[in-house]
Order: sequence, then C-alpha cells, then structure tokens
Amino acid sequence: MSTITTSARGIRMRTPAVDPATAVARARPHVSLGETVSQTSSMAWRALKKMRRNPEQFFDVTLQPLLFTAMFAYIFGGAISGNVRSYLPLLIPGIVAQTVLTTCMSTGVQLREDMEKGVFDRFKALPIARIAPLAGPMMADLVRYLIAAGLTFVMGVIIGYRPGGGALGVLGAIVLAIFTGWAIAWIFTFIGTIARNARSVQGISMLILFPLTFLSNAFVPIRTLPSALADFVRVNPVSHLVSASRDLANLGVISGEVGWTLLAGLVVIAIFAPLSVYSYKRHL
Amino acid sequence: MTTEASVYAHGLVKRFGELRAVDGIDLQVGQGEIFGVLGPNGAGKTTMLKMLATLLRIDAGQAQIFGVDVAREPHRVRQLVGVTGQYASVDEDLTATENLWLFGRLQGMRSAGARATASQLLAQFGLEEAASKPISQFSGGMRRRLDLAASLITRPPLIFLDEPTTGLDPRTRGQMWDTIRGLVADGCTILLTTQYLDEADQLADRIAVIDHGRKVAEGTPDELKTSVGNSTLQLELAQGADHDLAQQVVWRVVGREPVLTPESGRMNVPLETADAAADVLIGLRQAGVAITAVSVAKPTLDEVFLTLTGHDAGDADEPGETVRDEPFLEVR
Repeated sequence: MSTITTSARGIRMRTPAVDPATAVARARPHVSLGETVSQTSSMAWRALKKMRRNPEQFFDVTLQPLLFTAMFAYIFGGAISGNVRSYLPLLIPGIVAQTVLTTCMSTGVQLREDMEKGVFDRFKALPIARIAPLAGPMMADLVRYLIAAGLTFVMGVIIGYRPGGGALGVLGAIVLAIFTGWAIAWIFTFIGTIARNARSVQGISMLILFPLTFLSNAFVPIRTLPSALADFVRVNPVSHLVSASRDLANLGVISGEVGWTLLAGLVVIAIFAPLSVYSYKRHL
Repeated sequence: MTTEASVYAHGLVKRFGELRAVDGIDLQVGQGEIFGVLGPNGAGKTTMLKMLATLLRIDAGQAQIFGVDVAREPHRVRQLVGVTGQYASVDEDLTATENLWLFGRLQGMRSAGARATASQLLAQFGLEEAASKPISQFSGGMRRRLDLAASLITRPPLIFLDEPTTGLDPRTRGQMWDTIRGLVADGCTILLTTQYLDEADQLADRIAVIDHGRKVAEGTPDELKTSVGNSTLQLELAQGADHDLAQQVVWRVVGREPVLTPESGRMNVPLETADAAADVLIGLRQAGVAITAVSVAKPTLDEVFLTLTGHDAGDADEPGETVRDEPFLEVR
C-alpha cells in the first residue's frame, strides 16, 4: 500500500494546521451533564451493537425464564399451594425478580471482561465522563431485563397464570422489576471494578445473589419460615419487589411495597454508583 | 502562538510497591518536535507516558501539557493529547468505521460529522476498503493505523505513540514513519517511545535515553551516536593476551576507553570513523597483542546502552547478547 505516503501528504493539503494555543483555550475543565448523558448513550449504543453481534448473550434472559418458570411451578406448586395453578400468582412475580437479578449479575461480569480489553485504555484516555463507560452498558442491559421479565409473564400465562391486575398491572410489575434490576446492577458493577478478573466477579456475585433471591418471599410464603429468617426476609429489598409485583400483577394495586422497592433501589444507586466510579478511576 | 513547552515534566516519579518504575525524570519537549524516548523493555517508558496521559497517578514531581497541569486538570489534558498505546486500543467487536464514529461521538461530534471524519481518516490511512470489516480480520499494521487514526479524530496538538512500530514488518514500519512525519508537518508534536535506535534516529529531533526509570542521556540522534562513536570495533583477544596493554594501546590510538563486554577477552572500541579500525589493529600488532576475531559495525542500541549505562540493553533473559546489523567488517 503505497497510498500512505501520498495520503500523509493529503492530510496537509485538506486540513488546516493544528494550533496548540487554540486547543488549549478550547479545552474545558469539566464534563457537563449534557455531555455525560450523550456519552453514556454512545456507550449504550456500543453495548447494544455488541449484544446484536453476540446473540448468545441473550441465552440466559430467554432460556432462564422459560425453564425456571415451568420447573418451579411443577416442582413446588403441589407442595406449597396444593396445585400448580394456585401457586402461579405467588411464583411468577418471584421468578421475575429472580431472573432480573441473575441478569444484573452478568452486567458486572461483562464489565470486567470489557475492562480488560484494549479499548478501555482509550476510554480512559478520552476526555469523557468517568461514569459513561459504566453506565452505558447498564442502559443497554435494560433491554435484557425487559426480555427476562416479559418472557416470564408470557411463560406463566402459557402454563395457566391469569394475572388479576390485567395488562396494566403486569406492565407496572415489569417496569418496577426493570428499575430494581438496574439499581441492583450497580452493586455488581462495583464488584466488576474491584474484582481481579471476570471469574472472581462471578464468584462474588453468586455469594450475594443466592441469599438475596432465596432468602426472600419469592418462592415460599414468609409465614412458613423460622422467625429469625422471616425477619431478614421481611427487610430484604427483593421481598419488597416481589410483594409489590404481586400486588400490581395480581390485584392491580399500587401498594406501599412499591414505595419501599423504589426507595431501596435509590439507596442502592446512591451508594454503589459513586463507589463504582471511584473504584473505576482508581484503576487508572 | 504560545511559547509553552508541549510537554514539561520535572522530577516525575512512579512507584509500584518497592519498585521505582519512573525515578525522577525531567523532560521538556518543544512544539512541533518529534521527541523520542529510547530504552529497553521495563525501563519505564510506557509508565512515564501513561502518567503524562493522565492514565497513571503521578506519585511525585509535576507535569504540564501546553502549560496545563496533568494532576490538577486531567480532563483538559485529555482534550490536548491523543494516545496510541502499544496494544491496539480499538473495539474488536465493532467495524473500523463504527470505532471511529463512536470515538467521535464520545468527544462531542454530531453523528454526521463523526461519520464524515471517520471516512476521511480511513481514506487517509488507506483503510477505506476495510471500513466495514470487523477488526478481528485486520493485520497488525492495519490495527496500528486504525489505532493512530482513532487518536486523531479531534486533531489533538500532541500525540503520544507508545512503540508505534514494535512487531511491524519493515515495509509497514516505513509507512508508519511517513505517517508520523506527515502529522508533524501538520503542526502536531509527537512524543514517541521506542526500543529501536534506528527508529529514533530516523524520526526524532531529540532523544532521551531512559534506563531503570532514570534519564541517562538526552540529545539529538547525532550527539548520542557521537558519544559512542560512529562505528564500533569489536575485538576478541587471544588467550593469555595482555588486556591492560591492549587498553593502553586503544587509548593511545583513538583517545577513548574501550568498553569491556561481559564475555571475557572481548572489548568494544568506539570509533569516529570505520577507517580508524586499521590504526587500532596496527597498534595492537606492534604492541604484540594477539587477536582471534575482529569485526566492525555501526553502533547499536546495545552499545549506546553499554556506553551510557554500563550494562546491556537487551532483556534480562538474553544476557550479553549483542545484535548486530553487520556481522563482519563493514566497508563504508
């Protein structure tokens, strides 16, 4: 390719000379909020592109709802509620919470994998908001939460679930689940920035995820639990999400549980978003 | 036009635990210069570059880019510097166009503007045919060019190139050199690191030699080469030959200390011109010092290092090995 020599000359002809003084004068000391939003959406665009090119990333959010819904319904249905059909109103919102939370975990794992790639060196060197490379992929993951929550309800309906709250109630439950998933994903993003590699992110995340989902009212009624455990289950934000979703999907009611869920989500974001950015910066 | 140095560093230090990877380096790079930082693997070149590019915290000392303090105003510094690392920092899952478009968007360009800049840069770097190919199909040279193109999107006045041609074949290397010269003609300042003396020689206006985190020499390529002579006479003395006598003879004939290489019985004599080799050989014959092997070669990075630092430039796993351009007597 002999074009390089000639094209190097081409740069000179086409564009005016670089002037350091102008560049220094133009350089701004901080990123504005508008820039941060625009950079975050560019990062989200990148993450969506990558998702489309690696469709296997959708395996968990498509297969898990289908498999778990059917599996849990037929295994626990008889034991807990007498039959499958009367267990479904209890189970489906629980499965929604569980799948969305599992999906959040992969946010952290993927961030860690991504951070080890060369392109992150460039992101660090670019004059962009430090939160953009973290928040961008999380925005793209909203699509995954939507698929996970939506498919769970679809699968539920297929095996006989009839949500009493109607379409609006279900929609409300889905939106709430997506918000909570996004909020909790900040915990896993933080783990992604502190862990040594993607595998350890997976390990640590599992340790957090299992107690959080199973020590909740997602699959069994609280009254069946020993009292110390019941106390934990009552304060677990996942329980609030599950209760709020049940009220929305089964009764079409926006209960106080919705407020608790939103509050818990905001608290998680307020703690873990700054921690993640701080930890990401420290990596530099 | 400011008269501010494009890069000013004073007493720069970076510690990794006990190791002082960069140990008090001063640097001053003028505007429109190509400044070469020369040193072996692990000398602290990349660490220094990363500190100047806000990618590593500065442990001690201070640095300014066009008068802007690196530690205090990193965001402004990032707007002034384009960084091209040792390993291609582009996204493997995106195409070349998508990569450049993304980097343009991230730096505040409108979608159409970013697209136009991307296709313009791809054309300038001879990559338009590969514009919509995934990066995984790119050759090493193409990746480097794309990487450099990505650093030029906002036309920063200062560009850091970390070993821009390591691992490239000679032809691609020459193309990269031409591209770099083109950037300087455009008004850019270039700070590049390299392990190759000939690269620094070809490109750089000034060179700093770095070893163990310290600057051991600085000057124009000519000044550096003169410090080790324009060529080197390598002698292997016969067993039992008088080393002290040989050293005295060399001193008398060329007026320089010979450098003893790690292998016993060998010495390197820096020469102003290759012709002087004959004078040394005649001197040794007259003094009765027996020789088993003779070679004359241009000074290599190894010799610059040996002279400046007293140890080899090569990696630790290649002790005492000297790589030469020409193995035997070179006629110039």
